Amino acid sequence: MGEFEPKIVGFLCNWCSYTGADLAGTSRIQYPPNIRVIRVMCSSSVDPIYIVRALMEGADGVLIGGCHPGDCHYINGNYKARRRVVLLKNILGTLGLEEERVWIRWVSASEGQKFADTVTEMVDTIKKLGPNPIPTRWDI
Amino acid sequence: MTGNGNKIGAVAVVGGGIAGVQSALDLADMGFKVYLIEKTPAIGGIMAMLDKTFPTNDCSMCILSPKLVDCSRHQNIEIMTYSEVKSIEGEAGNFSVTVHKKPRYVDIEKCTSCNDCVDVCPISMPNEFEKGLSERKAIYKYYPQAIPNAYVIDKEGDDEHRACINCMMCVKACKVGAIDHDQVPEDIELNVGAVILSMGAQPFDPSVKKELGYGRYPNVITSMEFERILSASGPYQGKILRPGDMKEPRKIAWIQCVGSRDWQVDREYCSSMCCMYTAKEAVIAKEHNPEIEPTIFYIDIRSFGKDFDKYVDRAKNVHGIKYVRSKISEILEDKGSKDLILRYEDEAGELHEERFDMVVLSIGLGMTEGKKETMQKLGVEVNDFGFAYSNQENPVALVKPGIFMAGSFLEPQAIPESVMQASAAAAQVGALLREARGTLATPRPVYKERDISGEEPRIGVFLCHCGTNIGGKVDIPSVVEHTKSLDNVVFADENIYTCSEDTQKRIVDAIKEHGLNRVIVAACTPRTHEPLFKKSLAEAGLNPHLLEMTNIREHCSWVHEDGEQATWKAKELIAMTVAKSRHLEPIPTSTVEVTQKAMVIGGGVGGMTTALSLAGQGFDTMLVERKEALGGRLNDIRFTVEGIDVPKLLSNLKSKLEGEEKVTVLTGSKVTSISGYVGNYEAKIDTPDGEVEYTHGVVVITVGADEHIPSSYGYGTDERVVTQSQIEDYLAEAKPEEIALGETFVFIQCVESREGERNYCSRVCCMGAIKNALRIKELNPRAEVFVLYRDLMTYGFWERFYKQARGLGIVFMQYDVGRKPEVEFGEKVSVKVWEPLLQEEVELEADHLVLSSGMAADPNHDELAKMLKVPLNEDGFFLEAHVKLRPVDFSTRGVFLAGCCHGPKFIGETIYQAQAAAARAATLLANPSLEAEPNIAVVDVDMCSGCKTCISLCPYNAIVSVTEEIDGVEVTHADINEGLCQGCGTCVAACPSGAIDQRGFKDDQILAMIRALGACVPGGGE
Repeated sequence: MGEFEPKIVGFLCNWCSYTGADLAGTSRIQYPPNIRVIRVMCSSSVDPIYIVRALMEGADGVLIGGCHPGDCHYINGNYKARRRVVLLKNILGTLGLEEERVWIRWVSASEGQKFADTVTEMVDTIKKLGPNPIPTRWDI
Repeated sequence: MTGNGNKIGAVAVVGGGIAGVQSALDLADMGFKVYLIEKTPAIGGIMAMLDKTFPTNDCSMCILSPKLVDCSRHQNIEIMTYSEVKSIEGEAGNFSVTVHKKPRYVDIEKCTSCNDCVDVCPISMPNEFEKGLSERKAIYKYYPQAIPNAYVIDKEGDDEHRACINCMMCVKACKVGAIDHDQVPEDIELNVGAVILSMGAQPFDPSVKKELGYGRYPNVITSMEFERILSASGPYQGKILRPGDMKEPRKIAWIQCVGSRDWQVDREYCSSMCCMYTAKEAVIAKEHNPEIEPTIFYIDIRSFGKDFDKYVDRAKNVHGIKYVRSKISEILEDKGSKDLILRYEDEAGELHEERFDMVVLSIGLGMTEGKKETMQKLGVEVNDFGFAYSNQENPVALVKPGIFMAGSFLEPQAIPESVMQASAAAAQVGALLREARGTLATPRPVYKERDISGEEPRIGVFLCHCGTNIGGKVDIPSVVEHTKSLDNVVFADENIYTCSEDTQKRIVDAIKEHGLNRVIVAACTPRTHEPLFKKSLAEAGLNPHLLEMTNIREHCSWVHEDGEQATWKAKELIAMTVAKSRHLEPIPTSTVEVTQKAMVIGGGVGGMTTALSLAGQGFDTMLVERKEALGGRLNDIRFTVEGIDVPKLLSNLKSKLEGEEKVTVLTGSKVTSISGYVGNYEAKIDTPDGEVEYTHGVVVITVGADEHIPSSYGYGTDERVVTQSQIEDYLAEAKPEEIALGETFVFIQCVESREGERNYCSRVCCMGAIKNALRIKELNPRAEVFVLYRDLMTYGFWERFYKQARGLGIVFMQYDVGRKPEVEFGEKVSVKVWEPLLQEEVELEADHLVLSSGMAADPNHDELAKMLKVPLNEDGFFLEAHVKLRPVDFSTRGVFLAGCCHGPKFIGETIYQAQAAAARAATLLANPSLEAEPNIAVVDVDMCSGCKTCISLCPYNAIVSVTEEIDGVEVTHADINEGLCQGCGTCVAACPSGAIDQRGFKDDQILAMIRALGACVPGGGE
């Protein structure tokens, strides 16, 4: 078996982070292929259930990408997303999961490099953490 | 089609910067055909080059790019790039505009923006978009997010750089045959009813200021160059480096007023935006690298706009940016280190020398000789400063009827002012061409839709090679095979370019032939191409929302080196999209009926102008004023310096309103309640004749602001202390002999303003003081006038009155907020003030002490704000939807604002803002119904517990709680208004009962994607 390759789900808001990921593409900035992007209209529409479900399904990490504070296309959705992620992180421990598996980051439409850096850093971090233990646990 | 009132329902908008883009969008929404003519290869103008915008530090491209995309998608807008207007002939209602279109050598329709041509082009040239800080090829895209999203070939070059050499490498590389080296220039005749000129102004070229060393010293750059350096997509990818040696600078100096307020370069006006963009650049630089030490050398900090003072305070106090009031005498370069030595004189007249790593010149805007020639050719009257001549009673109208203007073409200004003027110009076109509205607009095509209910999902997947852009990395044939193995996929095929015209036909045919009821396009980003594919679905009789795209280019082939891994990722992405697609449902186009009438609250100059503009565009309007008389602050203003005859303006507005059948005026009346939503408002108005009910579609708030009544400097206890309004009243009637020789007037600026509880600048008071001071000197040139100020806010062309005042011997003395003037009352009013140049306290013996106390919002506005559920800022002024791009809208659809209730402003500014509000309102009123957002949230009434969690979270006040009887049971549930919901999905994630779903992003759709990914094993397969 080769090196552990984390599987990461990225929920990116349509207006900033998804566009930032597009810019990483148009600028040909390379990053590891471990992320699978699910486009949402706003980071505030990411139900904590989605995050938990992704982890239950075996994702090794979840990234939520939103607009920078103050930039939200829907006024303040990113603040709401942040609040939810903070609360969710508090209960990750009860599932036996590390907080570092769930990331929320602000990536603007002009930050292709930041998007690529974020993914690279996240893949590195999760490689160190190792695979998500949930799929091997039959008690939940 | 000439004369006889036969007006043409088309408009030429000249200049594709933010002003032109705004005019185009407003007019297109109102139902006019728009030609948006831009000189460069892409629209966007200066705003596209900016990194962030003040005072919110919004990413400029993030907020601009959706507007540019809207322009390119709008069925009523035709973008003509690389084009210039040669002549405008004819008259209002029917012009003939000749446009000279330069050959682009690339067919925009065919170009897929794949970059293959750039890769093979052997010629490198300076990149003008990046201000020469990086290079581009002879075939290039103007900037990465450019609209039109297509390349252009530079065959002109310049004196130093060779352009295209006709090697034809690009022709060979282009797989769609988009390149045509034989294109020739053409002249195109446009027949339009009106013209809007928004051709902007040019950043100053500081190389003529030899003492600043620009062009000689590589580490002296302009503020525009610094914007590009800050930009993440700029020449250094957002790293702050100095161009001379690519080292990270630590000490950076900004020098203000370069090419502004400077008689030596014949620019005796202020460029208005530089003080603020400098504060922003310094703040952002510090955010990029906290080690950077910015110093700003300035004359006055002109933070006259909404929330600007708070921003500058944060720059100073939170970010530690150093401000030095001084003018730079010269910049020298240390030849070895390439550092720069600034020589300057401080406030006390002492000379200093300080070393910096980099110097940024805050350059202003002006008109180049070339632009002046164009203006002459087009018959535009020019003012003393080379800008278009503008009459303050209708600032956006050119002298020639039927031609309007907006943006920095008429005065250097920031984005919100440009946007407001752009909308104001659109409002006047809307009134001029009222009868022709809709005559040349393209209606949205209507297609017959196939009912797919009850059908099993039959998914068709179209995979794109994008030339070699995807196919060169991703093994498309193996992905096609894998895709075919997925459940419900009945068709999968590959195309060289899925976006090409012939592939659209293939998609339509495949849908019909294979009975597809879901379509997936695996290609590039949905952000640009989704509308194209949706159209193909519609043509084939499928609801367009049965399309799903997956991005295997920007998010896959372009960012992953390893072809095997990219192929594996593409397979997984498609498997996830197929999973979502199985759950897709048709989304009905819902519409909201619109009552095509408006209500305007507040009958000052703003309200009267809004009402007249709306009526002029053909909409019934109710104008409600609390006081007995219309006019608001116009009743208090006795004279102006900018040439507005206020009493005449007021009587003109009143008589126009009397003659306007479409406006109903209710004075002495108060709106007591408003209910409803966009298109459907119900108001109750308390009038002297009893209660009136009024049904309307939009609301415009123009309730103004009042002069702040001061309580310091002895105001109210000594009658020699008066406000600006009071002295104006006196001076309006005063005879020359009433003012004695040597009679002394002392004006104190910023009284109870720009500090403490009222930490904002009131914008108009510096000019108010100068206006009254000039009047005093006119009455008796030997009277003494002193103006004690903090920063003199004579922005833009107001600067000329400051110069005039100084010339007449009016004395301006600067004081610091920490060392305010002190006042004692005796036989005279003794005013003691610290004089920084003399470095001593000066005592003035005043006969009159005049306080500039600024403007304050009426505390009663709170009630109105609550009634309409719109916000106020902390100073009590109404808070618009977006300070830059939506300056007259609220985030609640259907409610608008204008005038001093938005923030203090001059009469001319209120007039164009009021017209802008009327234009924005007209974009809603022009149609009998509005199309709702497709991706709105919907409530499952059976599931809703009526907990109201969603209501407080909705940023648009789109949700209400409803109690109704369903099957004999009383049920309380949330109800989402389709007209107000903008589709963010906040409520969906918040609903504890899972009773809300967002169309197109439903829970089961997203969860299916997550499950599909869970089922994927490394190496491919589901």
